[in-house]
Amino acid sequence: MIVDDSEINRSLLSDILCSDYSILEASNGLEAISILNSRNAEISLVLLDIVMPEMDGFEVLSVMGRNDWLQNIPVIMISSEISTAAIDQAYDLGATDYITRPFDDKTVQRRVQNTVMLYSKQKSLQNMVAEQIMERERSNSQMVEILSNIVEFRNGESGMHVLHIRVITDKLLLSLRRHAPEYGLTSALISLYANASALHDIGKICIDDKVLNKPGKLTKEEFEHIKTHTTVGAEMLERVRGVSGDSDILRASYDICRWHHERYDGRGYPDGLKGDEIPISAQVVALADVYDALTSPRVYKAAFPHEKAIAMIKNGECGAFNPLLLECLDENSEWFANELNLRSPHEVNSFELRHVTSELMSRSELRASARTLSLLEQERMKYRFYASISKEIMFEYDRDSDLLEFSEWGAKYLGVPELISHPIKSPEIISLGLTVYRDLRKRILAAPNEIANWVCSLTLHGQPHWFRVIARTLGVEGDPDSYTKVIGKIIDIHDEQIKLNELEKMSKRDSLTGLYNHGATYDLISSRLDEAARHGKRYVMALIDLDKFKNVNDVYGHQFGDEVLKTMADYLRGCLRREDVIGRIGGDEFLIFVEYTSDPKQLMARIADAASFPSLDQYQISFSLGASLYPEDGATHDELLHRADVAVYSAKQDTALRYRFYDSDIPDFRSSHSPIDGGQ
Amino acid sequence: MTLQECYEKMGANYDEVKRHLIKEERIQKILLLFLKDPSYDSLQAAMASGDRDTAFRAAHTLKGISLNLGLTFLQQSSSALSEALRNDPPAENAQSLYEALIPDYERVASAIRQFQSELG
Repeated sequence: MIVDDSEINRSLLSDILCSDYSILEASNGLEAISILNSRNAEISLVLLDIVMPEMDGFEVLSVMGRNDWLQNIPVIMISSEISTAAIDQAYDLGATDYITRPFDDKTVQRRVQNTVMLYSKQKSLQNMVAEQIMERERSNSQMVEILSNIVEFRNGESGMHVLHIRVITDKLLLSLRRHAPEYGLTSALISLYANASALHDIGKICIDDKVLNKPGKLTKEEFEHIKTHTTVGAEMLERVRGVSGDSDILRASYDICRWHHERYDGRGYPDGLKGDEIPISAQVVALADVYDALTSPRVYKAAFPHEKAIAMIKNGECGAFNPLLLECLDENSEWFANELNLRSPHEVNSFELRHVTSELMSRSELRASARTLSLLEQERMKYRFYASISKEIMFEYDRDSDLLEFSEWGAKYLGVPELISHPIKSPEIISLGLTVYRDLRKRILAAPNEIANWVCSLTLHGQPHWFRVIARTLGVEGDPDSYTKVIGKIIDIHDEQIKLNELEKMSKRDSLTGLYNHGATYDLISSRLDEAARHGKRYVMALIDLDKFKNVNDVYGHQFGDEVLKTMADYLRGCLRREDVIGRIGGDEFLIFVEYTSDPKQLMARIADAASFPSLDQYQISFSLGASLYPEDGATHDELLHRADVAVYSAKQDTALRYRFYDSDIPDFRSSHSPIDGGQ
Repeated sequence: MTLQECYEKMGANYDEVKRHLIKEERIQKILLLFLKDPSYDSLQAAMASGDRDTAFRAAHTLKGISLNLGLTFLQQSSSALSEALRNDPPAENAQSLYEALIPDYERVASAIRQFQSELG
């Protein structure tokens, strides 16, 4: 649009621009404003003269600014005013560009073109944004659900209330459509009312918590306070209409909010409407609300069974309803009884909704109201309560703040503070054992969104202690390393684990002496020999055979014999180190397998020193010992055992000799203790 | 009479206007509109009746037109007059500036009229 009082100037500009643009002309400011008013969307740019009759260019600019037109329609001033004051004023008022006379063809073309392009880009962006907002509007029902969830959250209702109301409202309306076409219920209206029903209690946001969740009877004042949730909710929706414009859902929600506590007989609140003065949407939601309230538990009452609820409604114990609606209720009675119970929370995806809800709350953290904070506080109290009664070690790690928080009980149990910042550097965590931290990281990164679950040993009060750790990450989006929190618990499984270890041990131990049994001895020695060559280790194997043990059993009895064996086992344990293998491989045969570095003879001599032989009561235990060396005498368990056997046999022949090392001079024989029949 | 001869007759710089407006037809079209422009009549009436505001706008518009058409001398006299008329009360020399403008305008107008008559 070209705005200039001089026709010459207009036609000159028009002539320059008409090949690329369609031109509108205004000969003064007022005319310009009237064209802007009527053909706003068609105008991509205004070329504006300053000095004009009726309304000058500056005034046109200010009017455009006040109407927010300047955001979409750029203005280029064209003037012979070259004073900086005039130019400054034009820019201050929102002009995009300023062309002084005499202008040339190219300047005007180029500046107009640039400006139009710039603004059309901006316009398309605005369109994109507008579309996105539209898109969001389309998921209106989701927003409705989120909002109503906030209310429920606060009411301490089951989380199913909104869904129930919706389902019941929907069912009742469908029935009503069949019975009473005069209400003009279309499918679209029915689904609109069902959606809007979710907001029926939105006004409860403004009702005092204490009153809302009071288990006992309400005082008159408290009841009056609760009653205001109808008008407050309606006002809230009215305000939304003021801000975001009118819409069907807002109108329907308004009716439902305001009038869902009216009674058909006119004795309800807030307005005492009677009969069909009450919008049908509100009538239906009122009935749905009462039915669901009766059949669900509330702070002030238990749930009534379906039949009882229907009877109470029909008897008029819970309000007065449109008789037509009561018929509809009757008609659907059986369906309600069966279907409503089946509707489970995952159907509403209430977890997700709650998640979104808390997300919304945390996003608007800066503007968080006292109510929001108290909601969050409630959640934390709930969490603490559960944590304290479950006697579990719960933890929560926040990555941003690098803060580890244990449940109160858990912190006490582990002997660490509840809050630990920079846990990886904290002495408390280091003393517990950092491997758990590394394990945790490894596991959660390997399988984000999955629950990591493993057993590990932590150092508790200086002692190794078995725990099971169960943990998962929160806030993983695509990138496993993007988690924001790790939550989990640590379970003390020490006693169980010890028992388990005991059981495992028992299967390897000789039940009488606690030494390794034959099988375990074989396994242990074999596995050490497997490693021996690689590490250049040297071992001595010794077979120990009690002298005349058969006589002990015969003379003193088996019980005494058992005691002798136990005493012998203790003696060997006393002679050797923990890591040495000591096994009882036959009735009165013991096998030891010891790594040595210098002289194995010394050790053997010490063990087989008659002066230190143990005794039990008056009985003096004596034994013979035959030893073989790895690698000199053999590479396998069987070879070594065979040669030790040869040696012990030889030692037994000579009463003066308590022990003997195998050497090739000892005549080999078919041993009484061959690997084939031995060890049973 | 060519456009250039018309410019020479009124003592204006044709090359400059050609540089700004490029097309000869365009210059011609605008130049012919000059005669129909009401600014001068409006200026005369306003000066006679003492309507400073209207006189200022008319002088200002005349200045703009002469700027675009490269009529430097007319632009100078109309610019001086419009500045004298900008504020209320007008400058004392407003009347004499107006009187000085009249021959400038007439010079342009007669040249264009001659040019127009020769076009037929």
